[in-house]
Amino acid sequence: MAQAIEKSGQTAIKDAKKRYTAGVLKYRQMGYWDADYVPKDTDTICLFRITPQDGVDPVEAAAAVAGESSTATWTVVWTDRLTACDSYRAKAYQVEPVPGIAGQFFAWVAYDIILFEEGSIANMTASLIGNVFSFKPLKAVRLEDIRIPVAYVKTFKGPPTGLIVERERLDKFGRPLLGATTKPKLGLSGRNYGRVVYEGLKGGLDFMKDDENINSQPFMHWRDRFLYVMDAVNKASAATGEVKGSYLNVTAATVEDMYERAEFAKELGSVIVMVDLVVGWSTIQSMSNWARRNDMILHMHRAGHGTYTRQKNHGVSFRVIAKWLRLAGVDHLHAGTAVGKLEGDPMTVQGYYNVCRDSYTRRDLPRGLYFDQDWADLRKVMPVASGGIHAGQMHQLLDLFGDDVVLQFGGGTIGHPAGIQAGAVANRVALESMVKARNEGRDIRNEGPEILRRAAKFCSPLQQALDTWGEISFNYTSTDTSDYMVTESAI
Amino acid sequence: MITNPAGRITQGQFSFLPDLTDAEIALQVEYGLNKGYAWSVEYTDDPHPRNTYWEMFGMPMFDLRDAAGVMLELQNCRRTFPRHYIRLMAFDSTRGVESIAMSFMVNRPQHEPGFGLVRQESRGRSIRYTIHSYATDAPEGERDGD
Repeated sequence: MAQAIEKSGQTAIKDAKKRYTAGVLKYRQMGYWDADYVPKDTDTICLFRITPQDGVDPVEAAAAVAGESSTATWTVVWTDRLTACDSYRAKAYQVEPVPGIAGQFFAWVAYDIILFEEGSIANMTASLIGNVFSFKPLKAVRLEDIRIPVAYVKTFKGPPTGLIVERERLDKFGRPLLGATTKPKLGLSGRNYGRVVYEGLKGGLDFMKDDENINSQPFMHWRDRFLYVMDAVNKASAATGEVKGSYLNVTAATVEDMYERAEFAKELGSVIVMVDLVVGWSTIQSMSNWARRNDMILHMHRAGHGTYTRQKNHGVSFRVIAKWLRLAGVDHLHAGTAVGKLEGDPMTVQGYYNVCRDSYTRRDLPRGLYFDQDWADLRKVMPVASGGIHAGQMHQLLDLFGDDVVLQFGGGTIGHPAGIQAGAVANRVALESMVKARNEGRDIRNEGPEILRRAAKFCSPLQQALDTWGEISFNYTSTDTSDYMVTESAI
Repeated sequence: MITNPAGRITQGQFSFLPDLTDAEIALQVEYGLNKGYAWSVEYTDDPHPRNTYWEMFGMPMFDLRDAAGVMLELQNCRRTFPRHYIRLMAFDSTRGVESIAMSFMVNRPQHEPGFGLVRQESRGRSIRYTIHSYATDAPEGERDGD
């Protein structure tokens, strides 16, 4: 099929005089399509899902994507000839129809390493998801996956702490971490807010969390929140003998405000601060540097990602966002639950987890991973599963995600009929029982409910949790699944 | 007396469960050995959450591939320090991990003294917090008198 498309098309004009005559050429004539191109180890490779306008040839559309995400403008410019212009042209080199979806095509595009500034996600994204996403000849375009060359990976510092060092600092090994988001999101005074944090942590959670839209509103200014929360954290730590934390959200109107809030969190002895994805790439990288200088774990709440990750035909896949965030340097990243209230096909979500935690990510089409990715010893991100999950799903969560994950039960802790501490106890007992059973060789996927029932015999809070939520599940069809191909691709 | 819901210090993987029997401990050890981890026995009389370095009861057992051997070391440690905290730790030397993969308590004193929270009022409303381990109120060597 790819060959048939290629034969019907035109290729780059090699004669320089013809190539640079003023006027308009097809993108593929300008050199943005090269079916024989073999990507270099140092190239960045993007896989786009494109939907050309009716009548637009898919190869020309792919060439246009390559052009508009690198050097092209709509017309020929003679000033190209002052440069080693071929280096700067991204090259579309393969186009295939998306299996089963008429009108959509996968297009592979390679970018030379000279195109992107060292260690800058802002620069890389300005090219790759810049003008091209508004380009008229395409109805829609989505960046499905990206292969970042080791040479470019090594220009990033990555997570300031990483999941291995985070565990060492927290002294917590061999089990998922447990958290909860303080609820209600809005309206609690600092003093009331700290009460929820204390109850959750004393009950057995490792972390509590500010929600994404808790910053410094009239009902609770940020300093008040930080002061009360840290009293709760320290008191719970003394009550249990464990290191505890609460993600203090330092998201604010300006980066200067964020530094001020982060400094205060540090002074008070917090082990972790939090930012929202909406603060933008440069702020994220700045906060990552700050976290590195100050021995701080950096939690990333992916607020807003659904506006560009959710629709299958247009936007950026979350697996790409996750790769960029690992390079940019966050320690925690919300990556989906598969079984909770928010969007996510289980295999696709596992793909995001792999991107966060692998030393070397293997191409895995059913999980939506189109490329091998060598992470070059970059530290690993701890994924966070949060949103509509409860103790009754513990076996599914452990089976899907393994040990290196923060499981966050917000409603599932705070909404417990016997109170917040009881909710935390239920979650911790469910978790420890399941880890123990798995290690003993039990088949938790099938025996999970029975394991939980047996644990509930010595733990009445767990029994109450199972009675309250045991049957709750969110079974909706995912909008974002992998349309994986059975055929082998070039890379 | 510790008044948290578990009624005791809750460090390690299984502190919220009833104490593991030796047979159950051996199953966990087996799991770690199958993963290629090296087990180590450590003990302390001061389980402060930031007391990272408990005493090693010998070196990590890198070449020991039999759970019974690890259990023997644990029994020796329990005999020597019956009223100390004892934990089993598994080390994973895989590149990119090179850290602890499992850790759980296998012995506790009958009476767990717990911790106090010392608040030092500081500038403005800021408070400096110190977690005080009551176990350290007595000199080392005299802490396990109960």
